[in-house]
Amino acid sequence: MSALPRAALPGRLQRAPEGFLQPAQIREVAAGRRGFLRSAFAAAAGLRLAGAARAQPPGEEVILRPQPWATSLGQPVAAFPYGQPSKYEKNLMRRESPGLTRVSAASVAFSPLQGMFGIITASGLHFERHHQGWEDIDPSKHRLMVNGLVKQETVFTMDELMRLPSVSRIHFIECGANTGMEWGNVAVPTVQYTHGMLSCSEFTGVRLIDVLDHLGYDRKKGRYVLAEGGDGSGMTRTIPMELVESGEVLLAYGMNGEMLRPENGYPLRLVVPGVQGVSWVKWLRRIEVGDMPYATKDETVHYVDLMPNGQLRQYTSIQEAKSVITTPSGGQMLLDKGFYNVSGIAWSGRGKIKRVDVSSDGGRNWRSARLETPVLSKALTRFNIGWVWDGAPAILQSRAMDETGYVQPKINQLRAVRGTRSIYHNNAIQSWQVAQSGEVSNVQAY
Amino acid sequence: MSRLTEFLHGGLRVCASGCTALLFSVAPPAHAASENVAQVGDWKGIGRAATPAEVRAWDIDVRPDFKGLPKGAGTVARGQEIWESKCATCHGVFGEATHVFTPIAGGVHSEDLKAGHTASLLKPTEARTTVMKLSHVSTLWDYINRAMPWNAPRSLSIDEVYAVTAYVLNLGSVLPDDFTLSNENVAEVQARLPNRDGMTMDHGMWSVKGKPDVRNVACMKGCAVDVKVASVLPEAARPAHGNLADQNRTIGPVRGVVTAAQVAGTAPAVPSQGVAMLQLANKGACLSCHQIETKVVGPAFREVAAKYKGDPKAFATLIAKVKNGGQGIWGAIPMPPAQSLSDEEIGKLVRWVLDGTPQ
Repeated sequence: MSALPRAALPGRLQRAPEGFLQPAQIREVAAGRRGFLRSAFAAAAGLRLAGAARAQPPGEEVILRPQPWATSLGQPVAAFPYGQPSKYEKNLMRRESPGLTRVSAASVAFSPLQGMFGIITASGLHFERHHQGWEDIDPSKHRLMVNGLVKQETVFTMDELMRLPSVSRIHFIECGANTGMEWGNVAVPTVQYTHGMLSCSEFTGVRLIDVLDHLGYDRKKGRYVLAEGGDGSGMTRTIPMELVESGEVLLAYGMNGEMLRPENGYPLRLVVPGVQGVSWVKWLRRIEVGDMPYATKDETVHYVDLMPNGQLRQYTSIQEAKSVITTPSGGQMLLDKGFYNVSGIAWSGRGKIKRVDVSSDGGRNWRSARLETPVLSKALTRFNIGWVWDGAPAILQSRAMDETGYVQPKINQLRAVRGTRSIYHNNAIQSWQVAQSGEVSNVQAY
Repeated sequence: MSRLTEFLHGGLRVCASGCTALLFSVAPPAHAASENVAQVGDWKGIGRAATPAEVRAWDIDVRPDFKGLPKGAGTVARGQEIWESKCATCHGVFGEATHVFTPIAGGVHSEDLKAGHTASLLKPTEARTTVMKLSHVSTLWDYINRAMPWNAPRSLSIDEVYAVTAYVLNLGSVLPDDFTLSNENVAEVQARLPNRDGMTMDHGMWSVKGKPDVRNVACMKGCAVDVKVASVLPEAARPAHGNLADQNRTIGPVRGVVTAAQVAGTAPAVPSQGVAMLQLANKGACLSCHQIETKVVGPAFREVAAKYKGDPKAFATLIAKVKNGGQGIWGAIPMPPAQSLSDEEIGKLVRWVLDGTPQ
């Protein structure tokens, strides 16, 4: 797409054509007849001049003319007992990536990171990944069984779990395959599809270690925990006891102030901070303490990383430091030259984010961005930095550093070790190319 | 199993069987539980003992050392019968994949059985099949038992799970046609698995303290002198995710790029009949096997409409088939019942198919 016409006053943001053009005119634009647009702007300006009797227009209609919402009675309270976003926000929703998976019951719906603020994911926009569809389980019929190397194999109801001491913690969850489509080449257009298997919520629940302590688990032999879901896939993953003993692993029922959504495991899921999402077993029905890893399907046939020597890395779990600029990002159009607030998110499975640097010249020069508080361990951290676009082509990148000193790598550095045929754990620096037209697109630059 | 010892972390000793009693002593926890969150000990009466029958019902996992594997047996031949009636719909008659799932069998050669590494994993062009990657028989048995068939998990008997496991390994060139797999010989089969030594734990991503693969440096000025754009979004991929203008907010500093002829604001709020019916068909998991024009696993919707044209009983016949499942009209592969659709939805869908799938 070529440049949109500039406003008469330099530096003023111009509305996008779809906001004020007639359908027939929009079809013209879509068909590439851009000369028409310029005349549309000229005509609009001309009309305004004519209407104001060849004088400066007295001001904007939306200010000068009383608007319906200011001159009528609004909706009553509880018109929607469970609130919904504005009807003007319907463009931001979870979406599948066409062709990525073959059946929608074993697929992914990506979060619309391109329009999100701060660090908390609205629960209705939390990404989805199911292996055998999702269920809405009757919580009165849900049980958690803890068995294996514990003194007393025990069954808990939700009533009982929710009586126990609870903690609330903010953590990111990222699918191990997030950005997996980009190991070889650029494949998808927007940050929703490159990075949208990522969400961050406040989770409330019971620390698994407290329950295992209560049941007298075998601290010497019981070095592994098997978590099992109550859905049709009976999802199973091995969790190292080392992580459980850190006190961070939760049996969570709460998410962002309400119960978990069914798509996210209602009424109970495991929260394993810093570790890929597949281990956060949803609809959690069983915890087994054992003395060896379980080599389940999703840690033997899937979620294994193919290395250049043909070996498969098994039990790769930690999500290493990563960041991405969400505004502006791929598939977006800058409306004019001038100031932009470049905004993005950073996270690390090994702790807190220490610093995020941003480059607008493809990585030659970098400036450190402002980190918004709170900066929490194994949670998304929002960063912002001002940037004045001069209208010339640019490449925007962000580079995260975590508290261990680890610096987010470039894709060629990762490929030098892991090759191009891996699927999982791509935490490379993302590049967004800004064309002279203002269109932002996904590229790999290094 | 020597690989498994790698999992035992830093200085951890494997406790001999005699030390079990020690493990349940009431030593105070030496970990973060001492943060005083729990006040362990005050929880009397919360939770109850699991009964042996309950543990048997739920503790179904089978480990690499075959702990948890129940006694039983199944032949390759029996596995083939089950496969063709319950599995081939999604996985293909030879496990070669369909529109539903990725391939299960293929890519294994006889040398791999000796080597313990599947050589074709090194070939960039080779699709990675389940049997190529599989390092444990237990994984296959456990997963078939817990989650297959996809639309009716846990409906196979123990012996049927053995049979299907045997058949998958037969399709994957691991077991001969006349083989009977049982709990008695499963360890021998493990020793034949092509990729039994194909896994590694030699990485830093299991432990939070692990060593990363790559150490980038946080250079700030004049860093990469020769930046190249190595890959861009292919032009064909630009509109493949729909109109990006419809996927971005309509206020703020940016807009979504227009990547489709149909533009936001002009699209009808209500989807056309065709779109609504396709959404319904997707909800019913019909589109895994049926398309409008082309035969996939099952017949194309247009073929169905042609076959039943003028048949006054067609509407009732097809409703019954969609609701209860069917087999034999279009071939041997059965159609499972559409469990996720209501009667009303099935009626609408069948009417639409018989009407020739109008847009």
